[in-house]
Amino acid sequence: MTSTYELDITRDHCPMTFVKTKLKLESIPPGARLKVRLNPGEPLTNVPKTAAEQGYCVIGVVEDVGNTFIVEIEKPLNVPAGA
Amino acid sequence: MVQSKKLSLICFSGDFDKAVAMFTLASGAAAVGYEVNLFFTFWGYNIIKKYRGRGIQGTGFLARFFNFLLGGFKNLPLSRLNFFGLSPRLMSYMMRSQNVATLGELVEASVALGVNFYGCEMSQVILGTNDSDYLYIKERLGVARFLDIAEGGQVLFV
Repeated sequence: MTSTYELDITRDHCPMTFVKTKLKLESIPPGARLKVRLNPGEPLTNVPKTAAEQGYCVIGVVEDVGNTFIVEIEKPLNVPAGA
Repeated sequence: MVQSKKLSLICFSGDFDKAVAMFTLASGAAAVGYEVNLFFTFWGYNIIKKYRGRGIQGTGFLARFFNFLLGGFKNLPLSRLNFFGLSPRLMSYMMRSQNVATLGELVEASVALGVNFYGCEMSQVILGTNDSDYLYIKERLGVARFLDIAEGGQVLFV
């Protein structure tokens, strides 16, 4: 069964939005998923884009309560070097 | 696809606001996959001194006196409207109250993301200090070695 972790960055601003996401993704085991709750705008644009560029798999983006979004990211079994 | 991207920052200024801008860039770039190199020289060294306040460090009377006057992380001045050190404290308070990362948090994030910290050899000679007087320093460099490390990437002087 896939482990799922959660991260709330709705109170954070650039650059800590993707800094926290990156550090959390590094800390979870390969194959696990991370649900990131974030605000529309810069975080919603950059977090999934950056994760995809670094070799993580963006499973989906869904709108959640209070004008926030949930981005679900899976850490691949073989994380590319430098990601 | 992971691309090889590189950003090198020359940390000359020891001003609080410029340090915030520099570490915002450094941590942000590292988080999006850049190799980030920070080259500390002259006043920039004050940001990463082991003594975060005013401490006696360095060899020789003049070096110790000068380093005491310069102070460390807690004494970084604002580049404008410093008001005898009150403004950096006010700005840190405003940053915390707006959930914006403080300078200390940005430095910690940079370290956690594997940003490379390099020190200027010549500045250490002038200041009478060595690597053990600073935090995070990976290697002490001269100009030629820094240019080798920075080659192929973007370089900014702060």
